[in-house]
Amino acid sequence: MGILGWTWVIVGLTFGLYIGIAIYTRVRSTAGFYVAGQGIPAVFNGMATGADWMSAASFISMAGMISFVGYTGSMYLIGWTGGYVLLALLLAPYLRKFGKFTVPDFVGDRYYSNTARIVAIFCAVFVSFTYVAGQMRGVGIVFSRFLSVDINTGVLIGMALVFLYATLGGMKGITWTQVAQYCVLIVAYLIPAIAISYQMTGNPVPQLGFGSRILEGENAGLFLLEAIDQIHRDLGFPEYTAAFVGGKKGMMDVFAITVALMVGTAGLPHVIIRFYTVRSVRAARWSALWALVFIGILYTTAPAIATFARVNMIQTLHNQPYDQRPEWFRNWETTGLIQFQDRNNDGIIHYSGNSSSNELIVDQDIMVLANPEIARLPAWVVALVAAGGLAAALSTAAGLLLVISSSISHDLGKRILKPDMTERQELTYARIAAGLAIIVAGVFGIKPPGFVAQVVAFAFGLAASSFFPVIILGIFYKRATKEGAIAGMLTGILFTAGYIVYFNWLFLRFHGFEPTAEHWLFGISPEGIGTVGMLLNFAVTLGVSRFTPAPPLHVQQEVENLRYPMHTR
Amino acid sequence: MTQPTLRQRYWRANLLLLAALMSVWFLFSCVLSIFLVEPLNEFRLGGFPVGFWIAQQGSIYVFILLILIYALAMKRLDRKYNVHEEET
Repeated sequence: MGILGWTWVIVGLTFGLYIGIAIYTRVRSTAGFYVAGQGIPAVFNGMATGADWMSAASFISMAGMISFVGYTGSMYLIGWTGGYVLLALLLAPYLRKFGKFTVPDFVGDRYYSNTARIVAIFCAVFVSFTYVAGQMRGVGIVFSRFLSVDINTGVLIGMALVFLYATLGGMKGITWTQVAQYCVLIVAYLIPAIAISYQMTGNPVPQLGFGSRILEGENAGLFLLEAIDQIHRDLGFPEYTAAFVGGKKGMMDVFAITVALMVGTAGLPHVIIRFYTVRSVRAARWSALWALVFIGILYTTAPAIATFARVNMIQTLHNQPYDQRPEWFRNWETTGLIQFQDRNNDGIIHYSGNSSSNELIVDQDIMVLANPEIARLPAWVVALVAAGGLAAALSTAAGLLLVISSSISHDLGKRILKPDMTERQELTYARIAAGLAIIVAGVFGIKPPGFVAQVVAFAFGLAASSFFPVIILGIFYKRATKEGAIAGMLTGILFTAGYIVYFNWLFLRFHGFEPTAEHWLFGISPEGIGTVGMLLNFAVTLGVSRFTPAPPLHVQQEVENLRYPMHTR
Repeated sequence: MTQPTLRQRYWRANLLLLAALMSVWFLFSCVLSIFLVEPLNEFRLGGFPVGFWIAQQGSIYVFILLILIYALAMKRLDRKYNVHEEET
């Protein structure tokens, strides 16, 4: 059986599993729909958080991005795991103690204001849609390459599946599906990594393998990282392990992006609500630990895959005749994600860091997906990776869609527009909102705005600059007022969004050329500007709070209560 | 001046613990992995330059350890100051 056959079988089986879980866990109460009845054990909640969290960007794009930039890719690794420390220590236990359904719930109640609630709803929906766009493009890539269907058909199949289990099972269905999806995606990620690590270095542990010596070929006996630095020098790329040399991002930019990703992680509504679904404050702490353990397994493997894939790709393609190109090259050529332009018409592929003589264009998104084929692993492994990519994209999309639907049905509908709504009505609205959100997400998937990872990076900047400061101050600073929070959130998100829009779209139009580091504020690229937005938000919230009347006593009392775990319910 | 209550002492102990753990977090996420990565790369750990290894591997292990220490320490603090949740 070939790759196509295996992919249909494995993707079919995993989809069947997800639907089965959805039917088994369907819910009838709003508490079940929004927070899974707050009864998910810490380990499974950690696993579900892992799947929720690890998106198409983590699974498909991240190792590929690291593969092209080497050290600089650390900002994604540190950013997306370090944020969990902030989440576990500064947010999760207190938000669990607070014990409501959504992030706008917290902002609205803590800042005793429906205006603050509306601003929070706007931020949550905006961030979630930005992020969901990336997931749908991931689904499209996997479908079009592995199941040889049209990208649009792929997006439609993905939409139908998410619709089924998100609207039927709500948070409960999503959580248990995510547990299954975590298992699928981690197995799919590890098997090729272990196989390739063993193949190249004789060490089956990828985390150690990329620090080991190469077994065969022209570089045999060299440490893998030495070999790749050597190859990079020879081809005119900046050294793989070097930090801030020419051609790579500067220290300030790497720092800003890392911080924006860390803080953004802690401010993403679909991650935060995962800590509402456990039994107790204690379970919230342990659940955060489990989540990072499960995420860490993938995140420590990713840089190893990046290194293996880089060496493998260059060795199998550079200086090889085009008409003897490997099978995987032919397969991926049809998607347009890898291209050969024979500039000197010698029929031989020249890969180079010098853009005027380089003849090979490789999209970062294919590195993980093509890796098993490059290493010539069996067809079922390739199929498993496809299923893993789909699991990663669908689990994150489902979590995001739930945030969007609960923001609309619960925060806007129940808490603002129609407080006398019955639970049954609210549940119906939640399902309708989830359905509409899926359709909008599908439109994004069919007309995708840019790279998966780039789009997702912006979602982080926006989350960092809007939610994180007001939630932190809401917990740790009793004197923070509604005026402060509203002004802070608006300043943060408008500044960050404005900077991103200016440098990504308007700058080129005004000046006729692409902006570079010297045009940026302090050398910080739009990806990292969320850090500055966050600082502005903190400053504005604190400043305005000082000059506005203190929050009412009952709110201050409620903040005081957040600090002590007992009497959770 | 009045003696701080049991709860105030709990909260202070909590903040102290947070400050200590967040310092280690900053040390690994930003100082060693970014600001000092170039000097650290002069040293090698097997096949890895040290700064590169901390940035792509070590910091993640440290993060997991930090949350573990936090969860264990808070469990003790909760009991010591009697603010823990009732067992169900």
